[in-house]
Amino acid sequence: MNFEYAAAPESRSVVKIDPEYGHFINGKWVNGSSHFNSINPATEEVLSRIALGTAADVDAAVKAARNAFDKSWSKLSGRERGKYLFRIARIMQERAREFAVLETLDNGKPIRESRDVDVPLSAAHFFYHAGWADKLEYAGVDTTTAPHGVVGQIIPWNFPLLMLAWKVAPALATGNTVVLKPAETTSLTALLFAQVCQQAGLPDGVVNIVTGDGSTGSAIVSHPGIDKIAFTGSTEVGKLIARAVAPTNKSLTLELGGKGANIVFGDAAIDETVEGIVNGIFFNQGHVCCAGSRLILQENIADEVLEKLKRRMEKIRVGDPLDKNTDLGAINSGEQLAKIHELTAAGDAEGAGRWSPNCALPDKGFWFAPTIFTGVTQSHRIAREEIFGPVLSVLTFRTPAEAIEKANNTPFGLSAGIWSEKGSNILWASQQLRAGVIWANTFNKFDPASPFGGYKESGWGREGGRHGLSAYLKGSAK
Amino acid sequence: MSFYGLVDGSDASLRNYLKQLPGVDQVGAEARAAMLATRSIKTTSKAWAIDTAIAMVDLTTLEGADTPGKVQALCAKAFRPDPTDSSVPHVGAVCVYNDMVGIARQHLDAIGAHELPVAAVSTAFPSGRASMAVKLQDTKDAIDAGAAEIDMVIDRGAFLSGRLIEVFQEIVAIREVCGDQAHLKVILETGELVTLDNVRKASYLAMLAGAHFIKTSTGKVAPAATAPVVLVMLEAVRDFYDLTKVRIGVKPAGGIRTTKDAIKQLVLVNETAGPEWLNPSLFRIGASALLNDLLMQRMKMSDGYYASPNYVTID
Repeated sequence: MNFEYAAAPESRSVVKIDPEYGHFINGKWVNGSSHFNSINPATEEVLSRIALGTAADVDAAVKAARNAFDKSWSKLSGRERGKYLFRIARIMQERAREFAVLETLDNGKPIRESRDVDVPLSAAHFFYHAGWADKLEYAGVDTTTAPHGVVGQIIPWNFPLLMLAWKVAPALATGNTVVLKPAETTSLTALLFAQVCQQAGLPDGVVNIVTGDGSTGSAIVSHPGIDKIAFTGSTEVGKLIARAVAPTNKSLTLELGGKGANIVFGDAAIDETVEGIVNGIFFNQGHVCCAGSRLILQENIADEVLEKLKRRMEKIRVGDPLDKNTDLGAINSGEQLAKIHELTAAGDAEGAGRWSPNCALPDKGFWFAPTIFTGVTQSHRIAREEIFGPVLSVLTFRTPAEAIEKANNTPFGLSAGIWSEKGSNILWASQQLRAGVIWANTFNKFDPASPFGGYKESGWGREGGRHGLSAYLKGSAK
Repeated sequence: MSFYGLVDGSDASLRNYLKQLPGVDQVGAEARAAMLATRSIKTTSKAWAIDTAIAMVDLTTLEGADTPGKVQALCAKAFRPDPTDSSVPHVGAVCVYNDMVGIARQHLDAIGAHELPVAAVSTAFPSGRASMAVKLQDTKDAIDAGAAEIDMVIDRGAFLSGRLIEVFQEIVAIREVCGDQAHLKVILETGELVTLDNVRKASYLAMLAGAHFIKTSTGKVAPAATAPVVLVMLEAVRDFYDLTKVRIGVKPAGGIRTTKDAIKQLVLVNETAGPEWLNPSLFRIGASALLNDLLMQRMKMSDGYYASPNYVTID
């Protein structure tokens, strides 16, 4: 018998999308000089027209942020700042469905993930940092409790609202004001967040949102009135930003790419490991900087794990992101889809074995079936470069030392996973791995209290937790 | 003796076999079960799931106060769950205590429900605390009275204290009594086994010993058929099929009271063991109150509104 799940789409009537948006500067909506289309990547339907921020727009935003910092925000006590953050967090919870549906429309991720992960975690980040606002002296950070001033923040398209929360919440809790640029393809939830700031009565100019593309981001990075830059995105752009910021007084934190190793030892709990592998690489279509994109299997269980993984992948439901039963949504843009095609073609050309389950992909929009490559070696491009899509490269190892060697043999160092039923094994491996985040018997788990960030080319600094607070406070004085 | 060629019936071989099974990570299993519980089953798929679930119900009464009249009423309900609507399928079986088996069988035959099996709980249900001779006789009595399915309990005391071979031999002996006449369901009483590692071990032990079905619970102990427990048991029958090409059935029992609960079970089956198990011959739900909720939801699907509970029969 076949149990076909009927379509169960979440209603989009809860969101109202304007045909055109401006920038949010000094608490007001400011018209843009030119606009570009923002589309739903699942259907290619044009959702809205987004303003392309110019250097003048950025300048106006920085002036507003500076003014707000000098006149209002820096004069408030931590307790007062905290009240605003609590208010924002509560409004985000109240409007959770609106945020989730809008995020799914704009980004292409399944509603199950925007509803159960992105939005609740975003609110949690505001709650967490709201609590710190009046307790910074007790955070145990090796910095002063003085804010930088105006912070320029540039965020990616993979978790639009969540990355905004990771950036804005600690900045405001520590007393900074913000000029934020969402990613070109995913501006809508940031613009809804601007409405939340208004609803919360946040003083004008404390949060400014300028939409646009790389040129807008570049104007933020090079603006002399900004004291600190926080960027999440590709390592390539991160390097450009580091170069641009190097000769200035600006502080900088970078959260960049990754090629996370997910190491499975022979004694792992196999069924839960398979779930963890799936969650590690297919969560959010693999558009996750800390994705477990390299599966490193101990050879004595490799066949069994792969067989179970394939069977599990056949159950992955690909399709309409608004359907509550969808597991894998749309690739965020045609550009990203082309990159995934290019790298997977390189995998074929270099002799790795490609496998995907039978799954029908929609005709319109940007789609890529969940895919694994077996027989991958360290020298393959698909083992070295970040694909940022639902594509898993599978390698094997014989001894634990070999697993660690392979895992660390990458310019990245953001995340790693260890699967083993043996505690001593987990502790040993976690000490050898050069990665900022290491999960044991789980993957892609996030919490505002837990610092997140990378080694090597995966980034500078940490976000979240007490470590993340210090990035928004002025240099060491204690 | 050879049990699927996997163990030879000795204590050592059984012990070694169960020891090499991979562990279950409880956090991961709970997360997977919770994720599957978010599946949204609507419209046509819901209608299909309700009828499928009705056909899988082992309609049960296991009370000290059971009377012949109550059992006969249960049989009538099992055969025609909704007397006003003949499109409702009959349930999977009627499940009663040993002494009610004959009454149930006679009444089912009298109303023309010849194909509807009677299941008897056996082996000193629910505690399993009796001598082997009593357990064997208990089972034989039930089969003689017309039971086509035997729901036996395992000796949890023996399992938990590590006397696995005793549990194994007991199941083997009961299976011998069942012969070709009755299907054997082995109740693990997972609420007393506590850990998911134990659930996996006990599932394999029962399957190796010849169970046709593995069943979660007696319904007398809480927690009973929780989603992570059923998940682990479904993984066990799936993997056992890979090893042996024999499909063992699964029966969650206890605590499944609403249509929503039942549909969650079907989703677990569909995405774990696979659609082959979505069949009353391989999946049953032990329940009593569940059937009326399924009937009410079924009426709601066809009529578009919730009727008063007075429109479904109480027994």
